[in-house]
Amino acid sequence: MNQWAAAFAWIFDPAHLGGPDGVLTRVGEHVWYTIVTLVIAVLIALPVGLAIGHTGKGRTLAVQVSGGLRSLPTLGVVTLLGLWFGIGLTAPLVAMVVLALPPILAGGYAGVDAVDRNTIDAARAVGMTGGQVLVKVELPLALPLIIGGIRSACLQVIATWTVAAILPLGGLGRFLYDALPLRDYPQMLAGSILVIALALVADGLFAVVQKLVVPRGVLAGRVAQVRVKTARPHAIASTVGGRP
Amino acid sequence: MSIKKRGLIAAGILAVGALALSACSSGNPLAPGNSAATSGSSGPIVVGSAAFPENEIIAQIYTQALQADGVQASIKPNIGQRDAYLAALKDGSIDLVPEYTGNLLQYYDKNSTAKSADDVYAGLSDALPKGFEVLDRSKAEDKDSYNVTETFSQKNNVTSLADLKNASVPLKVAANPEFAQRPYGIPGLKSVYGVNATLVPISDSGGPNTVKALVDGQVQLADIYTTTPAIKQNHLVTLADPQNLIVAQNVVPLINKSKASERVSSVLDKVQAALTTEDLIEMNIKSSGSAKESAEQIAKEWLASKKLFS
Repeated sequence: MNQWAAAFAWIFDPAHLGGPDGVLTRVGEHVWYTIVTLVIAVLIALPVGLAIGHTGKGRTLAVQVSGGLRSLPTLGVVTLLGLWFGIGLTAPLVAMVVLALPPILAGGYAGVDAVDRNTIDAARAVGMTGGQVLVKVELPLALPLIIGGIRSACLQVIATWTVAAILPLGGLGRFLYDALPLRDYPQMLAGSILVIALALVADGLFAVVQKLVVPRGVLAGRVAQVRVKTARPHAIASTVGGRP
Repeated sequence: MSIKKRGLIAAGILAVGALALSACSSGNPLAPGNSAATSGSSGPIVVGSAAFPENEIIAQIYTQALQADGVQASIKPNIGQRDAYLAALKDGSIDLVPEYTGNLLQYYDKNSTAKSADDVYAGLSDALPKGFEVLDRSKAEDKDSYNVTETFSQKNNVTSLADLKNASVPLKVAANPEFAQRPYGIPGLKSVYGVNATLVPISDSGGPNTVKALVDGQVQLADIYTTTPAIKQNHLVTLADPQNLIVAQNVVPLINKSKASERVSSVLDKVQAALTTEDLIEMNIKSSGSAKESAEQIAKEWLASKKLFS
């Protein structure tokens, strides 16, 4: 219990709050690193994921590659890339993007994959092109799963940026790496608490976003589907009958 | 699994030791010349080592040197950190272990301010617990050191920490994060040599990322252990430390007093006199990278090259 009190006291100690190596700066750096990582990862993984989901091609390859990426030990990747790129931000950024790719990719293709084939057929039937189907039908319907993928990536990225502080970087990992050799456990616990708090806040935000992005039509459709079931044969019969 | 295995090996060593001991008392026909009878009466010696390659190599050298002189010796390598092998020395499961003067002194005397090789060694004899003894210290040292690139050294005419004041560029030091607080780190550089430097924290204890930052010119100075092969491989210049900012860390055998017979001491003194920091670097190169020779083999080669016991 004492350790916890010491850790919270450490966080709210005015001496630790401000300044170039204070809590606020470190939290800001951590958020910044996380955003940059996610933006890059989304730009790479989402188009690929959507394409796989839309065409149905390359899924096996994507599953295998992203599975392989998942198994890379991030600390090792950071160290190795550090030997390549030097001590800047590039090495850890690449390592974190690699970490964030698989869940975003999976969210992309699984989201599109999960769209009801009837809906897509209907979209084609009203004359939509492939691109229109993707952007106007598949993407909105897949959004909850896509956001879910980014949400999962975000949590991993927030947690894992800490290990990148093995190189001279900012972020919350600094508190862990700086305090360990000095056996300053309150500071280490404080750093961990901040990471957890940041992750919870981010996860909460994503939960709200995930809820907001579900298209109204999908919600309405879910209710309607139950009603429609009995009426369906009629409807199909009438359209089929009506066409020629 | 491995702990179990190690336990078995340890048990095996003990069993062999016990056999050897009982054989001794009944007049071992394999025992070397009669001169051993007086000095070798304290039984076989078990040499322990810390869990890192360099220490194991030195332990192998001690063991093989003792054996070459006819002293019964066996090795129990990779025991762990200082706490672990000092406990083993205390409970008698090992009798001898290669140590480093500065760290050993500060382990027993946290308030010690001794820095130079002589002061540290002198302080040790007072600080050591009863029943422990250190033999001669070696010139060979494994300690933190400030390193610069050859180019930086020539361009700024810097070969010593005292020269750094004249360097015109702002100085950045790549080192572990604790370097910001340690007396031999940033604060000491300021108070002892009047040099202002900022820390670039890299948590690999002078490993490849630190060396890369130095070689790339992202930092001007790097804290690297003196026996690291990278110093030689990258032609780095280790800066002299005339004011003893960094505590001396000479290699020294820490031994159970009851085992420190004249014969054992004289063998180890010979080894200690011959061992250099340069040797440690060479041996660390052999034990790392593609070569990856065993500690036993490296020790054998070193003893052969020094011709101490031929």
